[in-house]
Amino acid sequence: MSELITFGQAYNLALAEAMENDEQVILLGEDVGDEQGGGVFKTMYGLSGRFGTDRVRSTPIAEQAILGAAVGSAIAGYRPVADIMFMNFLTVCMDQLVNHAAKLRFMSGGQTAVPLTVTTTTGTGRQFGGQHSDWLEAWLAHVPGLKVVTPSTPADAKALLLASIEDDDPTIFIQHIALMRAKGAAPAADHRVPLGKAAVVREGTDITVISYGARVRDCLQVAERLADQVSIEVVDLRTIAPFDEETVLRSVVKTQRAVVMHEAVKAFGVGAEIASRIHEELFGQLKAPVHRVGSKYSPVPFNPGLEQDWTANGGDLEVAIRKVMG
Amino acid sequence: MATDTVDSTVLLEIYRRTARIYHADCKFRQMISTGELAIVYYPVRGQEVLAAAMMTALEHDDYLVTIYRGLHDQIAKGVPLKPLWAEFAGKRTGTCCGKGGPMHITHPESGLMVTTGIVGSGIPIATGLGLASQLAGDGKVTVCSFGDGATNIGAFHEGVNLASLWNLPVIFLCQNNRYGEHTKFEFTSTTETVAERGVAYGIRSVRVDGNDAAQMYAAAREAVEHARAGHGPTLIEAMTFRFNGHVFGDPGKYIPKEELEAAMAADPVPRLREQLLALDISPSTLDDIDAQAVQEVEEAAAFALNSGQPELRENRLDVLSEEILG
Ligand SMILES: Cc1ncc(C[n+]2csc(CCOP(=O)(O)OP(=O)(O)O)c2C)c(N)n1
Repeated sequence: MSELITFGQAYNLALAEAMENDEQVILLGEDVGDEQGGGVFKTMYGLSGRFGTDRVRSTPIAEQAILGAAVGSAIAGYRPVADIMFMNFLTVCMDQLVNHAAKLRFMSGGQTAVPLTVTTTTGTGRQFGGQHSDWLEAWLAHVPGLKVVTPSTPADAKALLLASIEDDDPTIFIQHIALMRAKGAAPAADHRVPLGKAAVVREGTDITVISYGARVRDCLQVAERLADQVSIEVVDLRTIAPFDEETVLRSVVKTQRAVVMHEAVKAFGVGAEIASRIHEELFGQLKAPVHRVGSKYSPVPFNPGLEQDWTANGGDLEVAIRKVMG
Repeated sequence: MATDTVDSTVLLEIYRRTARIYHADCKFRQMISTGELAIVYYPVRGQEVLAAAMMTALEHDDYLVTIYRGLHDQIAKGVPLKPLWAEFAGKRTGTCCGKGGPMHITHPESGLMVTTGIVGSGIPIATGLGLASQLAGDGKVTVCSFGDGATNIGAFHEGVNLASLWNLPVIFLCQNNRYGEHTKFEFTSTTETVAERGVAYGIRSVRVDGNDAAQMYAAAREAVEHARAGHGPTLIEAMTFRFNGHVFGDPGKYIPKEELEAAMAADPVPRLREQLLALDISPSTLDDIDAQAVQEVEEAAAFALNSGQPELRENRLDVLSEEILG
């Protein structure tokens, strides 16, 4: 049996490897230094000890300054990783992300690149409540110039984080809070995952289920549970933006049915974009309209029962699959 | 400070840059008035000497981050007039292929890294450029220009605090022209001066007459030496005035008549000329500098007008590192 590692360990391995490979990689964020604990989830522990506090800098609580400093050092040739502790805190530095990181390459006519990675965490399952659990990936994916990534296994987590740091564009790398201590197979030495490429993580013939991050696990469980009734193909997007239209469409051409699932609220989400693209390209070939599964349209509640009810789950997915199968 | 503390060759160099800015600003206003150019333009008339003196104290590869009202800074820093002018006009020969426009000029060859239209947002980015220089040990200094209005934005406080904390080689150059759009500085600021805010963040802070070339140059020089010696940032509050309203076409009704008259009576451009004449520089030397500037500006304006539009394909380039398909 192969070795198991947690998502948290995977992030740490990727950061260490990136810093080892390239001296231009630096890490900025609140509490990221070893003395401060290596980040709230300890994912950065050991890095300042190994690479020094010049390259691994604990910052004040100042998200605009963190992201701005990352943008500035990026256009001067560094590859900063800016850690924004929780995804909701991106709202206080959206200016740096949307108006600067995303656009400087374009507005400068290609003279300044912004090879920046923002690492951040979010998600339900650990009762962090309304201001620490939002999925804002649709906001970010809507901005031309930004890439958005989230892994569903520790092996992919390591490979995707490395790919994000090595990428020449600003990338938002989203880590799921509830998965930090979850385990999966350690990556093989040569495990690489390019940005912008989805994976068919389970083959099937009746229906395609498209998802990303923690919710891919629900998809796989439901596919297993319903295996004797329906053959479900599961596509893990891995990169949300730019989304791998080719892999998604190829799968739906085969199955002629699709459901998109995500943890963000269903309304105006990434699922709407993907469903719409499938309809535009494959309308005549579909056996049923594409359905979306997303979380409830409210802020994320604190109470564990409410939070569980809020979060899109395998049951919701099963209902959608039955509707689409007719 | 008396003019005799600054070398007359330095003052002449400041005059050369001032003349270029002065004639370029006049030409832009004229071209917009006649309809030759249809752009939103933020005039710099009245602030020329300030920028010329600051940039004369820098090396060519030092960094600059400026704002929408940035023509004076850009010319003073050495951005070549032809591509600069063409970018203001949105042409393919512009610094940014016409994709940046007047509010978003970038020209790294001249050290101009960012021009931003978001008030205050350049401050954290300049801090990041300073961080890059500190890490690289390249001895570069970053100047960050902004108005008095920007000092009430969170980004100012976050950026100045971080630069101070990390002792970065950054000069925060507040060009205090006493108005933010149509609102007087006194109506928006809880402190009488901007300089005292720098003191609160523990950095060297000075308030100078930015319209006096010798005083401005001396302050700039000291700040540059301070930064290069590794002693960290300086906040320079340089007092100045804008003669043409916020945006060209704004008659500036909110400015009391006496205030405008007094400012125009102290016009920094003839004042610098007088100072040079008093130092026995001949009128013809200064006239030649003006004539040369007029010619350069005319050539740049003609170059911009005669340049072609960007290819439409440009919209697919520089969004991400790869060309966007479709
Ligand atoms: C974040 C933000 N808020 C508001 C504006 C609109 N705006 C453009 S210029 C300006 C005034 C800024 O004044 P100041 O910083 O003093 O600079 P000045 O124009 O006087 O050089 C405002 C409010 C903006 N561009 N960005």
